[in-house]
Amino acid sequence: MRSEKHFEAKVCPLGDTALLVALSETLNSDANERARRLAREVRTRGLGWVTDVVPALVTVAIHFAAPTAAEAVERRAALERLVREMAELPPSEGAEPGTRTVEIPVCYEAPFAPDLDDVARRTGLAPADVVRLHAATPHRVLMIGFAPGHPYLGGLDPRLALPRRANPRVRVEPGSVAIANAQTSTYSFATPGGWNLIGRTPLTLFDPARERASLLAPGDTVAFVPIPRAAFEELAAQPVSG
Amino acid sequence: MSLRVLRPAALATVQDLGRPGTQHLGIAAGGAMDPVSHRIANALVGNRDDAATLEIALSGPELLFTRDALCALYGARFTASLGEAALPMARPVHVRAGTPVRIGRAEDGCFGYLAVAGGLDVPMVLGSRSTYLPGGFGGWRGRALERDAALPLADDVEALSEARFARASRRHGTSGAGRESARTVTWFAPALMLFGHDAAVIRVLSGLHRDLFAEGSRRAFVDHAWRVAPDSNRIGFRLLGPKLVLTEPTEILSQPTCRGTVQVPSSGQPIALMADHQTTGGYPKIAEVISADVPRLAQRPPGASVRFAAATLDEADAAREALGSQVAGLVERILWEFADEGD
Repeated sequence: MRSEKHFEAKVCPLGDTALLVALSETLNSDANERARRLAREVRTRGLGWVTDVVPALVTVAIHFAAPTAAEAVERRAALERLVREMAELPPSEGAEPGTRTVEIPVCYEAPFAPDLDDVARRTGLAPADVVRLHAATPHRVLMIGFAPGHPYLGGLDPRLALPRRANPRVRVEPGSVAIANAQTSTYSFATPGGWNLIGRTPLTLFDPARERASLLAPGDTVAFVPIPRAAFEELAAQPVSG
Repeated sequence: MSLRVLRPAALATVQDLGRPGTQHLGIAAGGAMDPVSHRIANALVGNRDDAATLEIALSGPELLFTRDALCALYGARFTASLGEAALPMARPVHVRAGTPVRIGRAEDGCFGYLAVAGGLDVPMVLGSRSTYLPGGFGGWRGRALERDAALPLADDVEALSEARFARASRRHGTSGAGRESARTVTWFAPALMLFGHDAAVIRVLSGLHRDLFAEGSRRAFVDHAWRVAPDSNRIGFRLLGPKLVLTEPTEILSQPTCRGTVQVPSSGQPIALMADHQTTGGYPKIAEVISADVPRLAQRPPGASVRFAAATLDEADAAREALGSQVAGLVERILWEFADEGD
């Protein structure tokens, strides 16, 4: 009997208390979904010694506790078996469990869109078309990283694909909506940043006091909804809700 | 019931064993930079190892207990005083309310931990009391201690401290040089081999992208002595030495990192990721510090030298097990001093 492998997974140690599983060499939505599925499967096994499962673009880190060397050897082998089992599973169908669709209102106007005109010039589009194209497609949270609650979103219209700015900004305001590398990101904290800023959301991406500290989680779908400046000010003045 | 800050220290933060299970939301596990010293400091006041302590880096604050309290300082060797007398390290010290505790400079090592009986009672945020500076939450208002900060202590800190000190001193007696301000015991916890020149060799596993580096750079990484840069912090230790280069420019997709990952940005100067590191990164990884040696690396202060030596996964496992049982044994011996008779 020949087993049909649906994907190849490369497993290697990430230090001595974690494994890194690579599902692809390049970014594609298929491998990205499998990374999340693997993370989900490992979590649902409820292994008490797994301390953290971290899905990224096409890789997953699985952290484990292993006080003794013997336990470490056993647990690495158990995790490798689990990854191989996963490789035999047929592709999953339908919506990803536990994910949701989140509407994110964005004001694409000055002073929140300092790079909009530049993006329009570089893509040969009118600024209004940049906004229309950005809000037209659903975006998928490929991973959270860089800062707490900071999402990397796939699904950008290919006509908006641009490299990063030549000169990164020293400070990007939280809530800034930015594009680069065929992706969108929303800055959750004031940090330096090199992406092209095309708008800002009044929503708080990350609030540790909120029940859902991070507004977004890997696998969520994001719909950007253009709002005028007045609506931005109104929403920004409202108390934060999760 | 509080521990008041009379004079702040730039890098004093409340820490515990961190918040595991949140890295998929971009939040590092964090916690004490040297969890070994944090655990022993807690044991020295009879606490469980997850109680929050005050982490002090390089130079310490001046503090005042508003109630009598049992405390202990362990980790890097600091000059420290209690009123007019020296504060002995590595042993439980019963301090009278109103006595200023002055912690000076680290003479050896980098991070010290001040534990108080019952722990520092700051609110839990996302499952931990540790301060996460990049996110501005946890610990004391998400920040390093400032002047006049009042760190909450356990409600029963006075009674708890009295009872624990009585037990800790009953076998071997007390020593306090007849002072009113503080009493201590006649025993102390030995120093672990975390400091001093033996600490300078840090064992590493091969990093995922080691083969992308030019041969000369791979060799230089283990052949050269590196210096811990002054702008090192809880996020990462920057290492000064030869420039490390890739054989050819390579784009790496952002992927998970962990504490101990040594990554090399385009400047060619490696960064060893520490407790508050970013959870993902797109820089090539040349090495991974074995987990048993992460506390030793954390204890190398800016300007100190570090050498890296290649280890195998088996050696890393054995070293982690050995350190774990050494620390567990020490914690158990210390806690025995606090046990009720007949335990």
